[in-house]
Amino acid sequence: MTIAALTKPWQALSYGFLDASAKRELRRKMLKAIAVPGCQMPYASREVPMARGWGTGGLQVTLTLLRPSSVVKVIDQGADDSVNAASIRSFLSKVSGATETWDTTAATILQSRHRIPEERLRADQVLVLQVPNPEPLRPVEPNMSIARQMHADADYGRLWLILYEQIVRSGRVMQGAAYPSLVNGRHVMTPSPIPRWDVPKLHMAQHLTFLSAGREKRLYAVPPFTRVEPLVFSDIPYQVEDHAALTCHRSGLRGYFMNEIPQDDGSAQFELSDSHLGIKAIRQAEGSAVEIGPTWYENGKMPQ
Amino acid sequence: MIAIDTALALQAPQLMTTPPLLTMAGVSRRYGDVVALQDVSATVYPGEVLGIVGESGSGKSTLLRMMNLEDTPDAGDYRLALPDLSGNLFDLDRFARRMLCATRIGIVYQNPHLGLLMKHTSSGNVAERLLIAGERSFATLRGRAREALGASEFPLERMDARPIELSGGMQQRVQLAKAIALEPALLLLDEPTTGLDVSVQALVLDTLKRLQRDRAITMVIVSHDLGVIRTMADRVMVMRRGRVVEQGLADQIFQDPQHEYTQQLVHAKL
Amino acid sequence: MTPVLEVQNLAKHFQMHHLGQRLHAFDGVTFTLHAGEFLLLRGPNGVGKSTLLRTLYRSYLPRAGHVWYHTTEGRIDLATAADVDIALLRRREIGFVTQFLIARPRVAAEDIVAEPLRRTGIVAGDALDEARRWLAEFGVKRDLWRAYPTTFSGGEQQKVNLARALILPQRLMLLDEPTASLDAGARAALIRRLADLKAAGVAMIGVFHHPGDVADLIDREIELTLQEVPEDVAV
Repeated sequence: MTIAALTKPWQALSYGFLDASAKRELRRKMLKAIAVPGCQMPYASREVPMARGWGTGGLQVTLTLLRPSSVVKVIDQGADDSVNAASIRSFLSKVSGATETWDTTAATILQSRHRIPEERLRADQVLVLQVPNPEPLRPVEPNMSIARQMHADADYGRLWLILYEQIVRSGRVMQGAAYPSLVNGRHVMTPSPIPRWDVPKLHMAQHLTFLSAGREKRLYAVPPFTRVEPLVFSDIPYQVEDHAALTCHRSGLRGYFMNEIPQDDGSAQFELSDSHLGIKAIRQAEGSAVEIGPTWYENGKMPQ
Repeated sequence: MIAIDTALALQAPQLMTTPPLLTMAGVSRRYGDVVALQDVSATVYPGEVLGIVGESGSGKSTLLRMMNLEDTPDAGDYRLALPDLSGNLFDLDRFARRMLCATRIGIVYQNPHLGLLMKHTSSGNVAERLLIAGERSFATLRGRAREALGASEFPLERMDARPIELSGGMQQRVQLAKAIALEPALLLLDEPTTGLDVSVQALVLDTLKRLQRDRAITMVIVSHDLGVIRTMADRVMVMRRGRVVEQGLADQIFQDPQHEYTQQLVHAKL
Repeated sequence: MTPVLEVQNLAKHFQMHHLGQRLHAFDGVTFTLHAGEFLLLRGPNGVGKSTLLRTLYRSYLPRAGHVWYHTTEGRIDLATAADVDIALLRRREIGFVTQFLIARPRVAAEDIVAEPLRRTGIVAGDALDEARRWLAEFGVKRDLWRAYPTTFSGGEQQKVNLARALILPQRLMLLDEPTASLDAGARAALIRRLADLKAAGVAMIGVFHHPGDVADLIDREIELTLQEVPEDVAV
């Protein structure tokens, strides 16, 4: 027997780009994150061939989860075809042999920035959200050591203070994205910069969600069937964006989260933020055999 | 016209039968070689105002911080006669301390930066107290913040100004409103008027007096200013180098001080 | 009949640490006071009459002796009673009437006068009515009732103070020259009030600059005499 027979052949890169110890670190912290829903786990964030702040946290989680049979979808602001999303997706398939897709229903792993797709995720799918700033307490407590004590004490009063002052100043809650939400009745998390529209999708969802911040070196998770409750006052209900009555001017779909396209005459048109849902709707209208999966929102309403 | 019932007024006296609200016994604290407190004991009865005087470094502020459970002494026992509360409060864990301090003890610091979130609104500072206690109704928060600020004689049209934009006297009123928002059993005042203009100082003291009269709040007030203590306190404790050198009724301490140091203090007063 | 107050061998001196001296006030004071009795304290200037009143009130700490205050529940020694008990007794049982007002900023005259009643639980409106009655009785002009006494003349301040001190009958009242420098009308009102209180059973002990003012009320007199000033005592 030769030593060569006991070792694997030389490779230019580890499978899935990250080396074994980096993946082990990620795996351990991902398991911990699942064990304590919403609690931020510090991890040794590695260098990836992308600048910090462009989704390196999400990328590391995805790289750890990938295998050759994975089907991967990457979206940026709801779109599969933005430069950032396309580059990450092609990088992922190149280092892992995973299949690329734009179709939410076909994907096994979805890495996303700013949106959760409109089609309902299933138990066999994993959502990876890129998080720029994982600390919901940062606006009220600049000292991160104290912020961690506050998490330990479930001392979240000041987060309501922010909402209080928004209502005092503006008459309503102004928190548009990254709406602080209580996970499993214990830890408050930032659900990454997704709109208010998307937060209820995390509540008691079938799928597993990882949220990872590469620069801040923190990851946390929302396991399947876990309560995710946006912080609200008892007398002022949580409100999602007022998009239920808007119609996409390209696909004709209604009742989903829209992007506003300003027009030259000062008016605005709207198109679906989840671009591939729009594509599927257009193809379906043209007669192709395209399957649109069940969506979270039905007629612009989230069923309770 | 009412008939004041003379017979009623001439009934047998009711001597103090209620137990003290606050009991501190044998509290000692060293910081390195510095003895901050040495075997200090204190009692405060419900509705009473206890004044603590002494020069800088006498340990009076340290003692107040002990009462607010901000520090743990090397030795000593601290009890508050409140429902659901027993044993030595110094044995409470950090979480229990925080809840106790937030809900049952109010404090006003000399330095408003210690007591206030300077960049949040004044009403929000008051509301935060209620939020810690679990209040989650916006209307209730707003209403009770307004009420507490009103009781502290804070101009309500400025209730949404940030403390950093307010004068020193107004900042102290916000602190006071925050401290009384949950109707604490004990209100601690650490040099509440030091550093304010004399006229503003008089107004703040007057507000405190008024609160004390209307709500019978039990207070402990620390000051190096004998005038403040004389105006506010029913009983006075004189501290020096971490020890209590004398205590007594306020008028007795000022008119007939016994200890050499107290006599010096009283005679040194302008 | 049980007395209200039983003073036994009461002594007071002041230890002046900075002088290294002991300042003698009085000693061996013994007397008894019953309900409805009016006791006049006499003696030359500087003999310690006011000091005795203050010692009974515990503004001054007695040096020796007993001040037994009798109640239906038993007796308590005011010389050694706990501060909180003294504070409580002062609130409801033992009054001190002086000519000097402890004025407080931003509190109206009528509120100052009504305060002792408020503390006993009488509702604000009734207490204020009663306060105004006494302000009128002592001749404080109506337009001053809502004003702050800190700005009043000495005479008006004194009237406010008397109204406050006498509004609530207390079991034992210590009177420290309340008539001094009062105008005739107010003095008459004060003497009327003292007579009513005496009739109601209030025990009183007082120092008066002109005892003739209250001659009709006096039951007994005790005389304090100047004693030999003891030699300086090293501290």
